[in-house]
Amino acid sequence: MVVLLFALAVTGGLYAALAPADSARADGPAQSLAIEEGRKLYAVGCASCHGTGAQGTSDGPSLVGTGPAAVDFQVATGRMPLQQHGAQAPRKKAVYSRAQIDQLAAYVASLGAGPAVPAPGQYSPEGADVAKGGELFRLNCSQCHNFTGKGGALSDGKFAPNLHGVDPRHIYEAMQTGPQNMPSFPDTVLSPKNKKDIVAYLGTVNSSTSENPGGFGLGGFGPVSEGLFAWIFGLGALIAVAVWVAARTAKAKRS
Amino acid sequence: MSSQEHSEAALPSGRGDAHEGTVAARSDPFADPGLPPHEPRVQDIDERAAKRSERVVAFLFTLSMLATVAFIVAYVAIPVDRSVYLFPIGRVSATNITLGTTLGVALFCLGAAAIHWARTLMSDVELVDQRHPVESTPEIRSKVLADFKEGAAESGLGRRTLIRKTMLGALTLIPLSGLVLLGGLSKAAPGTKLRRTAWARGKTLINQNTLQPLRPEDIEVGSLTFAMPKGMKEEDHDFQNQIAKAAVMLVRLRPEDIKDKKELDWSADGIVAYSRICTHVGCPITLYEQQTHHVLCPCHQSTFDLSDGARVVFGPAGHALPQLRIGINKDGHLEALGDFAAPVGPSFWERG
Repeated sequence: MVVLLFALAVTGGLYAALAPADSARADGPAQSLAIEEGRKLYAVGCASCHGTGAQGTSDGPSLVGTGPAAVDFQVATGRMPLQQHGAQAPRKKAVYSRAQIDQLAAYVASLGAGPAVPAPGQYSPEGADVAKGGELFRLNCSQCHNFTGKGGALSDGKFAPNLHGVDPRHIYEAMQTGPQNMPSFPDTVLSPKNKKDIVAYLGTVNSSTSENPGGFGLGGFGPVSEGLFAWIFGLGALIAVAVWVAARTAKAKRS
Repeated sequence: MSSQEHSEAALPSGRGDAHEGTVAARSDPFADPGLPPHEPRVQDIDERAAKRSERVVAFLFTLSMLATVAFIVAYVAIPVDRSVYLFPIGRVSATNITLGTTLGVALFCLGAAAIHWARTLMSDVELVDQRHPVESTPEIRSKVLADFKEGAAESGLGRRTLIRKTMLGALTLIPLSGLVLLGGLSKAAPGTKLRRTAWARGKTLINQNTLQPLRPEDIEVGSLTFAMPKGMKEEDHDFQNQIAKAAVMLVRLRPEDIKDKKELDWSADGIVAYSRICTHVGCPITLYEQQTHHVLCPCHQSTFDLSDGARVVFGPAGHALPQLRIGINKDGHLEALGDFAAPVGPSFWERG
């Protein structure tokens, strides 16, 4: 995982360093080369389910108009390519390299307009309002992902994943594109600033650096469940101790 | 031992006579076994063991003292906002963890020392103390009865009928004041509060994220949007009361996916607006699965199908989610075409 993140960071950094030259001439040969490479990768890895022209089959939805952000989210978090059909695709180790993912994204983007991959400035916590992000998270996200993004169950084996350790870029892309059964929150109803605030809120409450003043969070379910836990397990322990105390004292063996 | 003697002594004296000749004499199957003989502990017979116990108790008391001193030092020395990393738990407040640990150790050692003291050094011989009868002596009882009769005669309640009758009247009337107060509850009856919400014809739908009026083109297929009626502010005194009933979720469906004709009629461009309050016990219910258009309630797993009039497809809910009829006004904004047709939230007695 650390190696993967490191690799993602390095490749992402390299991409950031090289990208301006590409985007300056977006329709230039570099871009069409990326699309062509992406098309080849697509034909090998994705076409069996999504169809040879990404038009969708009975095994996978159409990718026309899903946009590069959706490709980046699904492939970089390892959800695609799908290992097996099931209730939903789980997060796993990414199969494609950063460059390959960008080529796949370029190919899917060439099929129809869709949400673009966000720039680092859009999801970095600098200048974000964490308190507002918390409000927005509780309004829009907490019903499935829980109050601090610890995740929760849905119907028929589907689930809202825990958001601990998820790259802010992928959280942003998930809100934009609505992967699998998650509804999307397009910029028209949840502005880019709103999204940035939500990402910053998650970084504050549910990451390896987030502080929990009281210690055990118990999944962030709130005071009722924490109180219930204390009553059942705390009082249970006290009763066990009381029973032990009231038991007969140790006797010296009769000689 | 003393209880054994007592139980034998307390046997009814006539018992043997009553059963004479019916069955062969047999020992009582429910005889009180009495207390087992006392067995000494190590500390009772070995003075060195007793000394050891004494030292353990003293050590626990000393530990408690040290922990209390540490508590005071920690309270003074550690800044409130410092956090530390603690292996299995994560980043926690340094003050909380130190104060909790030291106070816990201090209290635990105090209790543990007391218990160890009681279990190893204090006497563990069981003592029997017989119960005394609760009844008063005949002299006291006859005196109390005589006093009562004398008091009743002196009050004149039997002789002075005017006092008796007015007293009965006063005592009969006094509960009426309570009954009259209860009548005031009728003013607090819910009336139409359970049936009406803040929605009304012509109220624009406001996006709860951006607080801007919603346009139909803002809402994509597969997205989820929350709206409130125009004119509500979060700072308002009764905002929470109002939004608890008026909360609405907006979802866009392809018109051909809508199975319910009334739902299609009440939608605008395939955008449907439904109450966010579960009809079972009123939990907020927005666990929308965009591929199945099912909405799941996190409390009791009631599931509603938003593509089929929010029909209940699973779980204990008794009614479909109420739909808000919406349209597009001349400014191109989404607006409500009336209040919900059915009461939102859980059923109530007069719901019908």
